[in-house]
Amino acid sequence: MTDITPSDARPTSRGTATEAVRRSLARRNRKQLVLQGFGIAAIILAISMLLILLTSIISTGYHAFTQTHIQLEVYVDPEEIPAEGLPRGGFDDVLAAAMGAHFPAVDLTDRAATRELTSILSNGAQFILRDKVVADPSLIGQTVTLKVPVSDAYDQLNKGLVQRDTAEQFRRVDDAAIARFDRLDELGLISTPLNTALITNADSRFPELAGLKGALIGSFWALLTCFLISFPLGIGAAIYLEEFAPKNRFSDFIEININNLAAVPSVVFGLLALAVFIGWFGLPRSAPFVGGLTLALMTMPTIIIATRAALKSVPPSIREAALGVGASKHQVVFQHVLPLAMPGILTGTIIGLAQALGETAPLLLIGMNAFITSAPGSPFDSATALPTQIFIWADSPERGFVSRTSAAILVLLTFLIMMNALAIFLRNRFERKW
Amino acid sequence: MTLAPFVILLLAAAVGYAINIQAARAIRSNGVRLHSLEGFHGLFSLLLVIVPVLTLVLLWLALEGGVINRLLMASLPDGVLDGLDSGAVQLIGAEIRSIAGGRIFGTPEDWKLEAADRLIAYRQTSAWLLVIVVVLVSAALVFFARGKVAAEFRARQGVERITLGLMVFCAVVAIFTTIGIVAALTFETIKFFQLVPVTEFLFGTNWEPQIPIREDQIAAEGAFGAVPVFLGTIVIATVALVVAVPVGLLSAIYLNEFAPHAFRKVVKPILEVLAGVPTVVYGFFAILVVAPAIRQFGQSIGLDVASNTALAAGGVMGIMLIPFISSFADDALSAVPQSLRDGALALGATRGEMMMNVVFPAAIPGIVGGVLLAVSRAIGETMIVVMAAGLIARMTINPLDSVTAVTVQIVTLLIGDTAFDNPKTLAAFALGMMLFLATLVINVFALRIVRKYREIYD
Repeated sequence: MTDITPSDARPTSRGTATEAVRRSLARRNRKQLVLQGFGIAAIILAISMLLILLTSIISTGYHAFTQTHIQLEVYVDPEEIPAEGLPRGGFDDVLAAAMGAHFPAVDLTDRAATRELTSILSNGAQFILRDKVVADPSLIGQTVTLKVPVSDAYDQLNKGLVQRDTAEQFRRVDDAAIARFDRLDELGLISTPLNTALITNADSRFPELAGLKGALIGSFWALLTCFLISFPLGIGAAIYLEEFAPKNRFSDFIEININNLAAVPSVVFGLLALAVFIGWFGLPRSAPFVGGLTLALMTMPTIIIATRAALKSVPPSIREAALGVGASKHQVVFQHVLPLAMPGILTGTIIGLAQALGETAPLLLIGMNAFITSAPGSPFDSATALPTQIFIWADSPERGFVSRTSAAILVLLTFLIMMNALAIFLRNRFERKW
Repeated sequence: MTLAPFVILLLAAAVGYAINIQAARAIRSNGVRLHSLEGFHGLFSLLLVIVPVLTLVLLWLALEGGVINRLLMASLPDGVLDGLDSGAVQLIGAEIRSIAGGRIFGTPEDWKLEAADRLIAYRQTSAWLLVIVVVLVSAALVFFARGKVAAEFRARQGVERITLGLMVFCAVVAIFTTIGIVAALTFETIKFFQLVPVTEFLFGTNWEPQIPIREDQIAAEGAFGAVPVFLGTIVIATVALVVAVPVGLLSAIYLNEFAPHAFRKVVKPILEVLAGVPTVVYGFFAILVVAPAIRQFGQSIGLDVASNTALAAGGVMGIMLIPFISSFADDALSAVPQSLRDGALALGATRGEMMMNVVFPAAIPGIVGGVLLAVSRAIGETMIVVMAAGLIARMTINPLDSVTAVTVQIVTLLIGDTAFDNPKTLAAFALGMMLFLATLVINVFALRIVRKYREIYD
């Protein structure tokens, strides 16, 4: 504290010392204010980063929650689609004819012009029509009102993501295409309903058709596997270490092991899964079961640590009382301590599972980033998971996938928020303060 | 069919439980005193059935595939596998499996169709065998457990011994995981070093693993020098720490000493949210917002900035690490005894001086431990760098350049490739080994510092 007595002040003269302190006090207080200012600035910086992250994702992601559709009156021409030829048929020609009805000037025998005209429709439009006709062949020969997604470029145009005033050569849709689209819009055929396909479709190469169904189911299977394995194993290990393990080198070794496992990078668990589960045991690649197994190994230390903390927080009086009335050590633990510790254990488990849900790297290594256009039927089928689907879409060059990636992130964050809210609720509702 | 053994197993366990309870009750109703409660006799039977039979079923299912595969390959007509390497043989196996699964591509040869039929037959036989074995073993165990029921039988001790064994098994899984990691990494790394010399990997400065490796080539000579990859990781981690350490420490100091209670209560959880955001989201944030912003800023001051700079990846990683460092520093500051604070204040120090001259220095060991853990996080972090950093290894320490990282190389080398016999995939395991060792050393060191320091004040 040399500041308090500056070298020029004589310690013998009280007046000058006080004077020196008073003179320096303003400067010292200023220093403290500067420190506080830096602290507040750091906090504001961190929070503003969080806000920027969330707003950028929400502002790009909300576009993907709606999808531009076009309504068409399609005459299911029996000449193009004969009933005996199903499920094959000239579905695209039928759709082209339906589009042509609104543009009499376009010559439908001119292939290039037709292709330009039908480029408004999503590539999946013909399959939507096909599925409809296959499901109900009596539609052949009738006129069907069909609402199909438009392709990505026009979807962007409709949502204002394609600037109409940029020069034509830098735009994804040319002037003629915009004119055609506007004409359809004037006719009232364009609508922008909620994009249910985002949840009900599996992945696709075309942004307007791509959805999260496969990823959601894949994540569900993986998380279920992870829970079924890590929860009992974690609790068993924690009870042993906390209540039964003798204090010896073996117990210490297990403890050190668990603490280190909690800090091993996730990608290393991916390497383990690839070499051991897939390489040595021959389990299938890309399967949610293997993903869940890997995540279980990563989640187990979290659950063990949470369970031990919960067991520790049960007061010794409970144990002593139970022992006192003649319960065995096992009866004390399983009938008294464990039920009382359960809220804490569940809270820790849910938080561990939420971490597992967002984990990506190990799933990439076991191949859960494959391009799969159907939802998995069992935990052993190839599938993606939510975070790996985000990774795949973030890597896709099509513009439409930018908003879909953000939308997928919003879906993932929603699940994480729900899980964490559940954990907080459990803690507040059931955890006892002794 | 795969569910049948499990259903039988559960049924047998339930039946055994009920039978034993009934038997114990019958003994008691005769007026004889039981050593253990009836429930323990029931549980004894339940555990005695479930534990061995479940182990049996799981082992069977795990080994079934390999055994069937071997039988199948041995049953193929002579000559069809002659002159094929292991990869081609595997392909044939996969094709037969997919035919058996009903997915037929093109027109396979007749012997493949026959093999597929045989495969289906093998699988059915195996499933039936398993069911029969499960029924027999469960029945035998239920019978055995029933025979044990007697007034003086110590069922409680039996149950407790079994549960203790199960719990020890659970605890040992953690050891097995570590052994698995070490074994997998060591095994593949040794294979890698048989193809590429250790010295070249550790000291070489040229990393070009993506060069196509022809059979007549010596394993891509000169392409596996990992120094630039390590350097890239160090550059990115440094950038991350330059962002995270000051912001994390300053916010911890403010929250710990100066912030009003209500403010602290609101801000701490908000900061924790930053730690809960999945890293793949940070990666997307880096390519969507941060990298373009840095690029634009660079252009506005006349700098040519790559689109996947170490700055973008490291900066975003720094944001992720802020709550990590801040909460560790907060804990360390809180652990400094109140007497030190009171002493400083009594000597006339301002609260700022007390913090910077007394409390902070006293907390430094704990803070260093936290920063070290953050370092190990930063070098092991994968998704942010995979998405935001580059792929090409360069010898540079300029954060505005595109650099690669250890984790990026691991992921890119292994995506879409399963053959474990070429140096490209094995290199990923060698890098993983380095990563594992580095993080292990840092973690052990950091945990030791944190623990030792805590003991001083406790």
